[in-house]
Amino acid sequence: MSDLETFRAEARAWLEENCPAEMRTPAKGDEDVCWGGRNFVFQSDAQKLWLERCVAKGYTVPDWPKAYGGAGLSPQETKVLRQEMAKLGCRSPLNSFGIWMLGPALLKFGTEEQKVHYMGQIARGEIRWCQGYSEPGSGSDLVSMQTFGEDKGDHWVVNGQKIWTSYADKADWIFCLVRTDKTNKYQGISFLLFDMETPGVTTKPIKLISGNSPFCETFFDNVVVPKHQIVGELNRGWDVAKYLLGHEREMISGMGGDGGVTSIGAAMKAVLSEEPVLRAQMALFDVENLTFRAHGERFMDEWKTGKAHPAYSNLMKYVGTELNKKRNELVMSIGGTQALEWESERSNGGSKARNWLRTKANSIEGGTSEVMLNVVSKRILEMPGA
Amino acid sequence: MAMTLNDDQNMLRESARDFMASEAPVTHFRKFRDMGCKDGFSHGLWKQFAEMGFTGILIPEAEGGMGMGQIEAGIVLEEIGRNLSPSPFLTTSVAAVEALKLADKAMRDRWFPGILAGETVIGIAIEEGVKHRPEKIACVAERSGNGFKLTGHKQFVVQGTSSDMLIVAARTAGAVGETDGLTLFAVDKDAAGLSMEAARLVDSAMAAHVKLEGVQVNADAVIGDVDGGWAVLSKMLDAGRVGAAAEMVGVGTGAMDMTFDYLKTRKQFDRVIGEFQALQHRAAHLYGEMEGARSIVLKAQSLMDEGHAKAELYVAAAKAKAGLACNLAVREGVQMHGGIGMTDEYDIGLYMKRDRGLNEFFGDAYYHADRVATMNGY
Repeated sequence: MSDLETFRAEARAWLEENCPAEMRTPAKGDEDVCWGGRNFVFQSDAQKLWLERCVAKGYTVPDWPKAYGGAGLSPQETKVLRQEMAKLGCRSPLNSFGIWMLGPALLKFGTEEQKVHYMGQIARGEIRWCQGYSEPGSGSDLVSMQTFGEDKGDHWVVNGQKIWTSYADKADWIFCLVRTDKTNKYQGISFLLFDMETPGVTTKPIKLISGNSPFCETFFDNVVVPKHQIVGELNRGWDVAKYLLGHEREMISGMGGDGGVTSIGAAMKAVLSEEPVLRAQMALFDVENLTFRAHGERFMDEWKTGKAHPAYSNLMKYVGTELNKKRNELVMSIGGTQALEWESERSNGGSKARNWLRTKANSIEGGTSEVMLNVVSKRILEMPGA
Repeated sequence: MAMTLNDDQNMLRESARDFMASEAPVTHFRKFRDMGCKDGFSHGLWKQFAEMGFTGILIPEAEGGMGMGQIEAGIVLEEIGRNLSPSPFLTTSVAAVEALKLADKAMRDRWFPGILAGETVIGIAIEEGVKHRPEKIACVAERSGNGFKLTGHKQFVVQGTSSDMLIVAARTAGAVGETDGLTLFAVDKDAAGLSMEAARLVDSAMAAHVKLEGVQVNADAVIGDVDGGWAVLSKMLDAGRVGAAAEMVGVGTGAMDMTFDYLKTRKQFDRVIGEFQALQHRAAHLYGEMEGARSIVLKAQSLMDEGHAKAELYVAAAKAKAGLACNLAVREGVQMHGGIGMTDEYDIGLYMKRDRGLNEFFGDAYYHADRVATMNGY
């Protein structure tokens, strides 16, 4: 048996032994997912146990180095572990912006002390992070942001406002872009980390068209941030932010409901068999869905071996988010009038309608589809012009 | 399997790319088109294919071939597509070889040497109507003497009149619409009662209408099992479909690259038109479609090579997606070239014609999307 197959057998045995039965069923929605953090309330003993066991094994972040709370697995081993988890239906033990976004940036730009401290906390699910990027006047043109950190010797005093801060009202810490030099647009931004309980930080949830409030406005009023809480060099935060956006785009492009190739058509057969045009749309969607999954697999294999273009995640973000919107349009069409219900138990609190509306943000957040196409066209296709 | 090419495959790609670009570029295609060639391809080039080892790429090593898989055949096909290189490779070396691999040794010994030498051409006689409907085959094979007597008609038999042998699907049992009861036969081109009429297609390929009027064949002409031809047919069709999909990745990519070059050089309103965001977004979208097509084709090829149970689903998805993406590439190509895109002198229109032919070959995008739906349970 090859080393990888030995690892597969071991991983499988470990999962069978350690993943509680309740954690082998899909989460029942956003509230049923483990996000960790100081104030997180576990939904069940099984959820807590599953997290603890994964933390001990390094499996909340299997591909991170052991010194920072991971299991030190190779990309191939990580892929095998995920395949085995998928086969058993194991839930992710921990969802976290720290894992998906901040961690990779710390690994590349952080000091050794920051890696041990913050990545360790992230791996153990102790700290929930939010991201402070967009501002009311700085959406697609993110680099025009104005939130300012005034240099006060051993600390900055931060004033300004962020918007679309996901789960800011539930987060413990924020990784935040702060202007530290007003004279230089790109090289005048720093990447700062601070506690959301610092005096002067307030959050206000924004009610969206889905009726839910996953995003907040976040205000900074004379917030004191010690100098050692910067990631990367002073005024070079844009480099960190761009690197991190690459990871965010990967994450958003992966949002596809079950994240897999299983067609939703079979469950809707009763409707589809009577509506040939709708069935045809579904069939074409399935072709696109299988294509996207194969595309994602190829992209990850190329990314891991350094063969992918550095801007390629922008393309995946565009394709993946547009596909997810299409999927939800079809779910609504197939669901018919029942999918219109907003509050009833029958409709699970209007979950179809709310999910459908939520997906409209996929092609806006983390860079709009139009910005993604700009980046692909200029950086990959090398089209001329500004 | 990793979704990247290994070193050997990359080497094959380089040699296929160099070979097609130097020996069979678009000018080669034009030359044979303009001379009104009755075959629609060069027998000399087919021999060169053999010298490169391409013709036997799917034939087992023990029988003199390269013993490779669909990924490798696809690598050659992509370069064929990119250069519009006319050859019997897809029908003879991919589809026919996959069928003959399931035939008995005597038949393999009869046909593999000629294919390996680049001397033999085999036509695939499946279609009976204007659209791909393999289960609706009505051509009849009645038991007669030591073998069978074939009666019926076939159409869209690519390079039929240039072929030494036709693989003919006929019904030995069952009713039209059933997959059981079909049988595949190797029919010699000179068989009595067989007649062909060649037609030139929009992409300058030659395809034949075939009449079978009581064509007598021996029992040893059967490929696979009598009445169980669907298994052989499926294997042959899927190899042809994933191969056509790979060729369309080449056609689409060739058209796309040509178009992107044009966007970077053509000036209007005092600037290069590639500066216009309206075109940039369409270019980026097209690139994404072609990359998706490339991915699903590679996935389908690797599942076929593994003998995976899901291969059939992915082949259908790959043929559909490659068809849609390549079609977008040639339509955007002609539009973005503007007026010169409509001229015979510019190559982009040739890519549009080739796409049309490949899209119809062994089932178009709609046919295969429908199969995806059926296989997915609705």
